[in-house]
Amino acid sequence: MPSTSPAQMITDFSVRADPYPIYAELRRQPVVRDESGVHLVTTYWEIRGLLQDPRISSDARNLAPGNYPMSAAQDDEGTLPPSFIRLDPPEHDRLRRLAMRPFGPPHSPRRIHDMHGELTRIVTDLINGLAGRDRFDVVDDFAYPFPVTVICQLLGVPQEDEPRFRTLVDAVVAGLSPAEDAAEQRRRAQQSRLELGQYLAGLIEEHRRHPGDDMLSAWATDEGAEGRMSLAELITNAVLLLIAGHETTVNLITNGMLTLLREPAALERLRDDPSTAAAAVEELLRYEPPVQLLPQRNTLADIEIAGSVIPKGAPVWLLLASGNRDPQRFADPDRFDPMRQDNQHLGFGFGVHACFGAPLARLETQVALTELTRRLHGPQLEADPPPYRPSPVLRGPRHLQVTVEGITG
Amino acid sequence: MTADSLLKALREEGRIVIVGASLAGLRAAEQLREEGFTGSLTLIGDEPHEPYDRPPLSKQVLIGRALPEDTALPRRRAIDAQWRLGVAATGLDRDRRRVRLADGEDLEYDRLLIATGVRSRPWPHETEAALDGVCVLRTREDTTRLDRLLSRRPSRVLIIGAGFTGSEIASACRERGLQVTVAERGESPLVGALGGVVGDVAAQLQREHGVDLRCGVMVTALEGDPGGRLKRAHLSDGTVLDVEVAVVALGAVRNTAWLEGSGLAAGPRGVACDAGCRAFDVHGIVTDDVFAAGDVARTPHPLFGYQFLSLEHWGNAVAQAEIAAHNMISAGSQRRPHLWTPSFWSAQFGVNIKSVGAPSMADELIVTQGALAERSFVAAYGYQGRVIAAVGFDQAKWMDFYRRLIEQAAPFPPGFAGVDRRSAGLRPVPAGFPDPALPTHGPTVTLTGHSPSERRVVFTPARA
Ligand SMILES: Cc1cc2nc3c(=O)[nH]c(=O)nc-3n(C[C@H](O)[C@H](O)[C@H](O)COP(=O)(O)OP(=O)(O)OC[C@H]3O[C@@H](n4cnc5c(N)ncnc54)[C@H](O)[C@@H]3O)c2cc1C
Repeated sequence: MPSTSPAQMITDFSVRADPYPIYAELRRQPVVRDESGVHLVTTYWEIRGLLQDPRISSDARNLAPGNYPMSAAQDDEGTLPPSFIRLDPPEHDRLRRLAMRPFGPPHSPRRIHDMHGELTRIVTDLINGLAGRDRFDVVDDFAYPFPVTVICQLLGVPQEDEPRFRTLVDAVVAGLSPAEDAAEQRRRAQQSRLELGQYLAGLIEEHRRHPGDDMLSAWATDEGAEGRMSLAELITNAVLLLIAGHETTVNLITNGMLTLLREPAALERLRDDPSTAAAAVEELLRYEPPVQLLPQRNTLADIEIAGSVIPKGAPVWLLLASGNRDPQRFADPDRFDPMRQDNQHLGFGFGVHACFGAPLARLETQVALTELTRRLHGPQLEADPPPYRPSPVLRGPRHLQVTVEGITG
Repeated sequence: MTADSLLKALREEGRIVIVGASLAGLRAAEQLREEGFTGSLTLIGDEPHEPYDRPPLSKQVLIGRALPEDTALPRRRAIDAQWRLGVAATGLDRDRRRVRLADGEDLEYDRLLIATGVRSRPWPHETEAALDGVCVLRTREDTTRLDRLLSRRPSRVLIIGAGFTGSEIASACRERGLQVTVAERGESPLVGALGGVVGDVAAQLQREHGVDLRCGVMVTALEGDPGGRLKRAHLSDGTVLDVEVAVVALGAVRNTAWLEGSGLAAGPRGVACDAGCRAFDVHGIVTDDVFAAGDVARTPHPLFGYQFLSLEHWGNAVAQAEIAAHNMISAGSQRRPHLWTPSFWSAQFGVNIKSVGAPSMADELIVTQGALAERSFVAAYGYQGRVIAAVGFDQAKWMDFYRRLIEQAAPFPPGFAGVDRRSAGLRPVPAGFPDPALPTHGPTVTLTGHSPSERRVVFTPARA
C-alpha cells in the first residue's frame, strides 16, 4: 500500500475486522495530526474533555476554508437544513429539546421503558421465524429487521416502505464516512437525503391530518411552550432519527452476538442470568462500539490539549473506540469483561450531543441478546472474522452467518 | 506489635464506630467493607430510619412524585453492621476511646467517624417556632409534616429564606397551586450561594412562576391564634401577612454539640480536619483515630489557598466518606487526600441548576454560554484573575469543562468564544455577593478559616 497517514490507516477497509491494534499504535500520542490537516484524538480523557468543550463545534460551517479531503461530508446548502447533530447550541438545544418531547424525559419519561413488552414481542416473532433452520444470518434475519421495525413503529413509518427507504439510507450512510475521493459519494448521499426527506414530508403531512400515537404525529401536532419545529426542521429530524434509529443498533446487536460467540463464558453467563444483560451491553458499547469515531467536529479556537495545539478551524476526529480501549482509563482494556465496574465508556459520546437514542438502543440490545442467547441452541460462527460493512465510522459485520443445533420455543 | 501487624489487626478485628447514619455514614461503611475491613462496624443514628436521601425531600417528594418512604439510599453492598438507630451520641471520651449514647450505653472504638451532618437552623423565638404551621425541612418527618400542612390547602405559605432549600420549597408549592410569599433578607434569592447577578435571574424565575417574592426584608415575628395556630407574619418593612404555614429555611447548624468537652476542634463551623479527614484537636494537633466526613466536616483545600472549606453538598459527602473510610484502615503512606472540587445541583421552577467550584469566593463573573435573559446560561466566576467557579442554568452537560478550568486555575476571564457565540464581546461584571460579614441563609460553600493574606488572628473561645 502507498503512503499511510493515520487517517488512511483507520479508513482502510483491510483493517475493518480489527482496527484496535491501529488505535493502540495511535494512542501513543493523545493528539495525532494527519497530513490532511485532520487532528485525531485518541485517548479517553482527551476525547471526553473535548466532547464537553464549548470550543468544539459540530457545525461544518466553522471549518476554516482549506482543503481537508479527509474530513467528512457537510450538509450543503440548498438541500435540507442540518439536523441537530450538525448544529451547535443554542439551535442544537432547541431542536433536540423539541425532538425529545415525545421520546423521553421530561415530557415522556416512560416512553422507552414501556416499550419493553413490544420489543420482546418483535424479537420473539423474528426468532420464531427462524424455526427449523440450522443456519441463518444474524444481520439480515435479525439484527437489521428488529430495529427497523421498532423505529418504524416509533416514528410512524409504514414498514412496507422499508425497501423504498433502504437504498436511500444506504447512500446517506455511505456519505457519512470520511473518504479521500468522496465527491461522488457525497453528491449521491445528498441526493438520497433529499429524496428521503421528500418521502418523509409526505408522511408527516398525513400524520398531521390523521395523528396517531407515533413521534412524527407528535412532532407535527403537539404544541409546547417553545412551539413546533418548522416543516424543514421536522423533515431533517425525521431523516436523522430514521437513520440513526437503526443503523447503529444493527451493528451493536451484531457486534454483540459476534463477541458473545467468541466469548462462550460470557454467552453462558448471559443465558444463565439475564439480569446481567444491562452490564453486558455497557461492556459491548465500550469494547465494540458501533460508532467508532466522530469525524465531524472542528475547533472554534486554538485548543491546547496534552501538550499539542489544535489550531482554530481544524477538523477533529474523536476516536471513541480508541478511547474505550485506553489503558489509562480501563484496566485490561482489550478484555471483554461483562462484569466491569465503573464502565463510563464513550460508546454514546458525551456532553450535549450524547446519543439521543441511547435508552432505546440499550433496551433493544438487552432484549435482543437475552432472547438470542436463551433460544439459540449451540450457536456457532461460520466465519471469523465475518465480512464487514465498508464504513469505518458505523462499523459492524455485513453478514454474520451462524449455525445452530436448534431453536427453543 | 509492629505498625504493620497493628494495621492488620485493625483491619481484621478492629472496632469502628460511625456516628451519623445518613449519606456519609452509609457510604463510609460500604467503603470499609469494600476495602476488606472485617472487624465490627457500628452505625449510630439519632433518626429512627435507615439511611435515606435528602435532596428529593424538597423536590420530588413535595410535589407528590415520590413518598418520603421511597427515599431510602440504594445500597452498594452488604455492610454487616450493628445499627443503633433512634439513639443519639451524647459524648466522646477520647482517652478511653468511647462514644456515650443517650440511652446510657458506652461504645468502645479503635476508629471513630464523625458524620453527624447539620440540622436546620430553627426559628429563633421558641414559642413562635412551636406554633402549628411553622416548620423546617431536613428530615423525612419534616417533609411529612410540611406535606400535611400543604394538603390543608392554606391560603398562603410563607417561606423564610430564599436559599436553595427555600427556593425549592417555593417551587414545589407553586407546582401544587398554592399562593407563596418568599421573604429574603438579601437582595435576591440564592444570593449567598451564587451572587446577585445570578440571584436576579432566580428572582425573575420566581416571579414568573407567581411567587410573591420580597427581598431585602426580614420576618420579625410570627403570630398565632389563641389555639396556637400560625395566623400572621410581621415583616421588617412593616407589612403584615396573613399566613397559615411558614417554612423556616434559614440554613443549617452543624451537629457538633455532642462533641463538647471532647477536646476536638469542633464548633459551630464544624469539625476541623486535615485533608485526609483526620480530626484536629483544639490545639491544632491531628488525631489519628478520629475522622470526620460530610456536612459536619471542614477541611483545608489547595484550590482555595488551604483555607478550611465546609460544604453542604451531596457529592462531597460521598467522596469524603470514601476517603475517610480508606484512610481509617490504611497505613500513612497509602492515605489519600480529599481534594474534591465542590459541586452542587438544584432543581426549581423547571430549571436545573448546577454549580462547580466556590462561587461565593468570587468577585466577578462573565456569561460564557447562553444568555441570562433566557434562563439558560453558564456563568464563569473569577477571583483575582482566575476561574474559581461556574454556574449553569439548564446547561449541566458543560460543567465538566468548567471544573477542569477551575482545577487548572485557568485565567479569568476565560478567553474563548464557545459554540454559543452570543457571549462574544461580553465583559465580566461584579458577581454581587453580599458582604460576608452579614451572613445570609447559606452559601453552601463556606470558607471557615481566615485568609492567610489577612494579618489577623481572632481569638475563638472554646465554645465558639
Ligand atoms: C431538603 C434538602 C435538599 C437537598 N438538596 C441537595 C441537592 O439538590 N444537591 C446537593 O448536592 N445537596 C443537597 N442537599 C444536601 C445533602 O443532602 C447533604 O449534603 C447530605 O445529606 C450530607 O450528608 P451527611 O451524611 O454528611 O449529613 P446528614 O445527611 O445531615 O446526616 C447526618 C445524620 O446524623 C444524625 N445525627 C446528628 N447528630 C447525631 C448524634 N449526636 N448522634 C447520632 N446521630 C446524629 C442526623 O440526624 C442525620 O441523620 C439537600 C439537603 C436537604 C436537607
